[in-house]
Amino acid sequence: MQVPSHVEYERATSVEHALSLLSRPDTRVLAGGHSLIPMMKLRLAQPEVLVDINGLAELAYIKLAGGELRIGALARHADLLDSALAGEVFPIFHDAERVVADPIVRLWGTVGGSLCQADPSEDLSAVFAAARAIAVIRGRRGDRMVPVREFILGPYETAVGRGELLAEIRVPVIPGTGSAYEKVARRVGDWSVAAVGAVLRLGGAPGKPIVEGAGIGLTAVGAEHFVAAEAEEFLRGRAADAESFTTAGAIAAGHCHPVADQRGPEDYKRHLVAELTARALRRAAGRAGAGTNGAGTNGAGTNGAGNNRTGTNGAGNTT
Amino acid sequence: MTIRVAVTVNGTEYARDVEPRLLLIHFLRDELGLTGSHWGCDTSNCGSCVVWLDAKPVKSCTVLAAMADGRSVHTVEGLERDGQLDPVQEGFIECHGLQCGFCTPGMMMTARWLLDRNPDPSEAEIREAISGQICRCTGYENIVRSVRWAAKHSKDAG
Repeated sequence: MQVPSHVEYERATSVEHALSLLSRPDTRVLAGGHSLIPMMKLRLAQPEVLVDINGLAELAYIKLAGGELRIGALARHADLLDSALAGEVFPIFHDAERVVADPIVRLWGTVGGSLCQADPSEDLSAVFAAARAIAVIRGRRGDRMVPVREFILGPYETAVGRGELLAEIRVPVIPGTGSAYEKVARRVGDWSVAAVGAVLRLGGAPGKPIVEGAGIGLTAVGAEHFVAAEAEEFLRGRAADAESFTTAGAIAAGHCHPVADQRGPEDYKRHLVAELTARALRRAAGRAGAGTNGAGTNGAGTNGAGNNRTGTNGAGNTT
Repeated sequence: MTIRVAVTVNGTEYARDVEPRLLLIHFLRDELGLTGSHWGCDTSNCGSCVVWLDAKPVKSCTVLAAMADGRSVHTVEGLERDGQLDPVQEGFIECHGLQCGFCTPGMMMTARWLLDRNPDPSEAEIREAISGQICRCTGYENIVRSVRWAAKHSKDAG
């Protein structure tokens, strides 16, 4: 029987109340609890105090404001998956949320909790890194904005300090952008063997799309800040075609640092990074072309790329 | 140190003084004697412990009883109404959805929730809904059939 060690429990009644409770040492925020409680059972986490923020409805929202998609830290994974707005401006969120844990866990696990857990195999870190999102960290003296690429300091370690709370994640919405997430896991609900998120901004003449900006996030393969910076750099200004994307995949695979574990050997993971990067870029390009603005719609080599992951996503092959 | 936890379970109010670290599944089984919900893997993988917390399924081995304070919980004991089995329960009987029965309470709570939102789910939708739950008898075929049976025979359906 797995039981957490002794802990005090406090329920926050407002964000201000939460911040005041969190100023005590050795305190952890309890949101969905689906990472923290298992870690407490294994005594990998032994906080003295839990601050339950589940009652803070003011942190549970998904909205468009100021040219950004703004996601409250307490939005549940299922909320993001069910959000037509999120799916429209950033289909990468729907791709990723469909493969985060399982449907029951997604009802409780939170978007902010996933980021704050900072697990190297966690999906949303790479997604937000690819989208160049900004984390809004609230403290008693106000908010500070930290790019998600600088938010995660290392495994299980973030920029959120004592007395602070991740309040919101902001994702800049830029016209001409397409996005996608590709994950390989051993079974439904499992952590990634490897996964890749891509956010592409296209420009150029009709029929000859050019990459104006690329964000590539890598999950579970030891990429610094969860990104493939060299591949992003390579793509800027290049033709948005299958050849560029394949080369970008090879670059991403060469610059990450996967380790062999029960999910597979290092070379297999590098192979996945190369292939999934190319696939995610192709799908992202196809979606950018299909979007509302005038970037080139053809020639991105993405015919039918949107069709291979729709529907139930293979969930029928459950354990 | 203990704290007071007051929870409405299947419409009945209960209050107990418990340690904050007590998990909801143990609160239900050991404090309230509601042993219908099963304590399985203890790692939020198997779903045998699924109950509803404020009308949403949750793996109760991964929730503190304290988090349920002031909220409502529904367990498998509450599926039956006025002596009438829920169509999901009848479906599991009709289609042999139980084998050893261990995963059954969690499967049925998820199935009821699915049918409340989607009264006529496809086989793929049922399989996705229960994809976070494990039947170690591997009786998935019959479980899916049971849920389909319930969909067909629900009074609300159609």
